[in-house]
Amino acid sequence: MIHQYKNNGYNIVMDINSGAIHVVDDVVYDVIALYEDHSRQEIREQLSSVYSDQELEEAFSEIEELVREKRLFTEDNYQEIVTDFKKRNTVVKALCLHIAHDCNLACRYCFAEEGEYHGRRALMSFETGRQALDFLVANSGSRVNLEVDFFGGEPLMNWDTVRRLVEYGRSLEKEHNKHFRFTLTTNGVLLNDEIMEFCNREMSNVVLSTDGRQEVHDRMRPFRNGRGSYDLVMPKFKKFADSRGQMNYYVRGTFTHYNLDFSEDVFSLADQGFEQISVEPVVAPPEEPYAIQEADLPQILEEYDKLAKGIIERRKAGKWFNFFHFMIDLEGGPCVYKRLSGCGSGTEYLAVTPWGDLYPCHQFVGQEEFLMGNVRDGITRTDIRDEFKLCNVYAKPKCRDCFARFYCSGGCAANAWNFHHSITDAYEVGCEMMRKRVECAIMIKAAEAAEEGVEEDA
Amino acid sequence: MKHIKSLNTRSMEQSAKKGGCGECQTSCQSACKTSCTVGNQSCEQKK
Repeated sequence: MIHQYKNNGYNIVMDINSGAIHVVDDVVYDVIALYEDHSRQEIREQLSSVYSDQELEEAFSEIEELVREKRLFTEDNYQEIVTDFKKRNTVVKALCLHIAHDCNLACRYCFAEEGEYHGRRALMSFETGRQALDFLVANSGSRVNLEVDFFGGEPLMNWDTVRRLVEYGRSLEKEHNKHFRFTLTTNGVLLNDEIMEFCNREMSNVVLSTDGRQEVHDRMRPFRNGRGSYDLVMPKFKKFADSRGQMNYYVRGTFTHYNLDFSEDVFSLADQGFEQISVEPVVAPPEEPYAIQEADLPQILEEYDKLAKGIIERRKAGKWFNFFHFMIDLEGGPCVYKRLSGCGSGTEYLAVTPWGDLYPCHQFVGQEEFLMGNVRDGITRTDIRDEFKLCNVYAKPKCRDCFARFYCSGGCAANAWNFHHSITDAYEVGCEMMRKRVECAIMIKAAEAAEEGVEEDA
Repeated sequence: MKHIKSLNTRSMEQSAKKGGCGECQTSCQSACKTSCTVGNQSCEQKK
């Protein structure tokens, strides 16, 4: 399968099954578009008014070379891997600990309903957290790296338990040959120097929630009394990011129907000095006024293009920053197994409520039909786990022919459930945005490669 | 090549032969929490 597109002056050809990516000139671009369904003669006839015979022959020759090298028009041979997938024994390697089902903000788009997740306010006890870590170690097989995210609600509302659980986790590492990677997602309200210091020592990543421009942030992220939280949290986030050497953190925002010009929010965060930025589309029921509608798509896609160009310009000017959704690791990226299996929700990744209940991921928490068991008794509803195990790109009809399938690996199961009541379906608006982000990410790589080429030639 | 410049990419086919150790990061733990993104992750064996 081939996907070809033009973006920012680059002609890009992706060979989906090999993962190869080629930046080509116009003649090759046009020949490739006709290559599979037309004879050489037909292609010559169609393009002879545009290109010389020599150009067309050179194009044929270079295309054939890539085909021989299995870097163009390669076959999809990964279906067999999927058959193995269904039989595989999965282990648990990551937990999202809902350390507090409570929050000190009242963000308007919160899928957790101000931290309560369709339930009552609660804080996780140390004992339940300890059982969760024991459950993780016991169910992680030979995997060494284990991930634990302290999530909420707002986890700093139960900070002492977080601190004690990190200490407890570290005490298990040597004996069980495990390494915990702890992460924290916070709104910043209760952040202080002591917490930052602890996190810089113990947390491999921290996610700092802010939406960008002050008016955008304050509109969606107010306190319960309606006052905006920007002025309180921003100085702390800046200090925190600097104290981590501008690495291993993200300022993470949500864009909604109200700020479709979200590239301005990303640039605003970059202007504040943040170098690790993620701004992502809201996930919301379509009836919410802030929900992203299909009609918003053209503007959103344009914004991604604008953002991609802006990133290239800023990097050239020495103002480097990273945008999470344009990150793509072409040389050291994941193996095809990972790309087929997706996020791991319900199998490798589980969410734990303050009471110790297990759900396929944080987005499913509170939906009783997805309650899988608890940290004391383990997974009792293995049927739910097995359903998630089958959730891969080949199981999803909408993914099978999508060029982005090995980059997004099937999308978010919770999104698919919210929109279609099936975890093997896909949320089309999300798919459109994902495809655009992949195209932009690769265009940025092409631009950087061209820039390096220029430097080498000089 | 005169008309084609290829970016350096990891061979998907090769990764099928050696991959699958499962040590890599879970995608939703990195930043997103709402939007599955796998292509941007790094392979633990390549680090």
